[in-house]
Amino acid sequence: MIYVWAFIVGGLICVIGQLMFDVAKLTPGHTMSILVVAGAIIDGLGWYEPLVDFAGAGATVPITSFGNALVHGALTELYETGWVGVISGIFKLTSAGISSAIIFSFLAALIVKPKG
Amino acid sequence: MSKQKRKPTKYSKSNLSAVEYQNFAKTKEPPRSLLKNCIMAFLIGGAICCAGQGITELYMYIFKMSKEQASDPTVATLILISVILTSLGIYDRFAQFAGAGSAVPVTGFANSVCSAALEHRSEGLVLGVGGNMFKLAGSVIVFGTVAAFFVGIAYIVFGIGGH
Amino acid sequence: MLTGQQTWKFERQPHIISTATIVGPDEAKGPLKDSFDKCYDSLDINEKTWEKAERQLLSEATSLALTKKNLTKDDLQIYVGGDLLNQIITNNFVARELGIPYLGVFGACSTSMEALAIVAQLVSTGAVKKGMAAASSHNCTVEKQFRYPTEYGAQKPPTAQYTITGAGAAVIALDGDGPAIEAATIGKVIDLGITDPFNMGAAMAPAAVDTIIAHMNDMNRTPKDYDLIVTGDLASVGHPIATDLLLKEQVPIQTTQFDDCGLMIYNVSEQPVQAGGSGAGCSAVVTYGHLVDELNKGHLRRVLVVATGALLSPLSFQQGESIPCIAHAVALKGKGVD
Repeated sequence: MIYVWAFIVGGLICVIGQLMFDVAKLTPGHTMSILVVAGAIIDGLGWYEPLVDFAGAGATVPITSFGNALVHGALTELYETGWVGVISGIFKLTSAGISSAIIFSFLAALIVKPKG
Repeated sequence: MSKQKRKPTKYSKSNLSAVEYQNFAKTKEPPRSLLKNCIMAFLIGGAICCAGQGITELYMYIFKMSKEQASDPTVATLILISVILTSLGIYDRFAQFAGAGSAVPVTGFANSVCSAALEHRSEGLVLGVGGNMFKLAGSVIVFGTVAAFFVGIAYIVFGIGGH
Repeated sequence: MLTGQQTWKFERQPHIISTATIVGPDEAKGPLKDSFDKCYDSLDINEKTWEKAERQLLSEATSLALTKKNLTKDDLQIYVGGDLLNQIITNNFVARELGIPYLGVFGACSTSMEALAIVAQLVSTGAVKKGMAAASSHNCTVEKQFRYPTEYGAQKPPTAQYTITGAGAAVIALDGDGPAIEAATIGKVIDLGITDPFNMGAAMAPAAVDTIIAHMNDMNRTPKDYDLIVTGDLASVGHPIATDLLLKEQVPIQTTQFDDCGLMIYNVSEQPVQAGGSGAGCSAVVTYGHLVDELNKGHLRRVLVVATGALLSPLSFQQGESIPCIAHAVALKGKGVD
């Protein structure tokens, strides 16, 4: 059942992105930035975690979850260590994503040429 | 070339104003196939998310991880797959019809980092790959971080205190 | 000889005595594939980087144009060339190899006719005996510089154009076997406020119209005096706009064939090129390949090539500026046409 909701929720977030491309004529950079900020704000309001429980990967795979993870890290650290946590906790949960993107891309650049 | 004497026909130059022209040009723009693009984005985005769900459950089953523990390896796996597809030259062709369906999932983020790294390899590893890797993904990280900071500040200011 | 406001009518008409066109895989699949001298089947042209690939195309085109007529670089006194890359670096390196006195020009996609006009003027006035004009572009170097890394998955809108991979070179001399250059109209920068770099056809159409009208007025001609008027790269969005604008000013463009190099070089409905071809190489390879061929065979008597360029920089549209455009026209005449 979670697969159905993962499909639907993930698909709908992508449709929102597509509307930003085609109707608002935004660049991919602008669109992704807006979606990340949206994810951050939604988690700030406490609504993103319930969405993850409900839709699983439909909420964690889109780029909005990156915003969610950044906020989550900041707020968890704020709770555990005080106000400095707002800065020190931000990249805690997103480390896997950013590190693997850097490492794998770097390795790819060593062995592969772009094909055009 | 006609040998007859022709009265000189002087054509007048266009005196269209910028605004008039822009409105006219808008009417001549071929319409984007919005419905088709949204359907493709929905189907492909949904499928990538389902794949992500499958990968999470695989990690939970094979490595006996909890749902929270499996989330990091899932993201790393999706990123690896995207880097491989980008390196094979497949991701950009796929993206032309998938649109936001391939750009919005974290695979799109990985594609933006990987494509920039591959492209700028010709300028060397340090200045090329290192200096340009986040050319496209940089805004996502910058805005996400700044937004997270302000959300955190809002929590402090309103005395909610984190969770 | 200045005629009217912006046209050079050549009293002593120079001739295009030799041409060479080298293209990439997508152009080799298009309708004009048989008119090109050499087609490569991969975008990297067997070179390490995209930039070296573009350089190789231009280097081969310039050498071939010389060897076809048993000329050497010592027979030329000027090389005028340009491309789309920053500092027209492709041409700088090729000019280094050629060792001919060099004037680098930047007209974006109008470069081919800008270069041809200048060389024709220098030859016609006796400033040089023989000269070469050339232009090149490469899909990947342009994507990398102006848009996104080539493997990036950005969905291109239907108004976007596909930069052609190719280089075209022509040798011009006063006397010789080949189409004559009757006149050249130098365009003015026209900017009607289009800001979308993915819709260059709409940005450039007004410039093409302005130059065509200026040419007709200066030369006292009408469209019917030409068998074919061809724009450089307005493609499927810009070309109908130009047609409408011309008709609006009562220019009887329908009395002649009005086509566009960006639409001629690709099979737009079958190849994944969105609105059509563009690039400095586009008008160069179509003119120096197909059109010169047709003029030499007598299939065309008089042709007006109106190359169009969008003079934006990668930074200018990020800073919210609109796209200034220009169009340069050169009138070519077949052998035996008076």
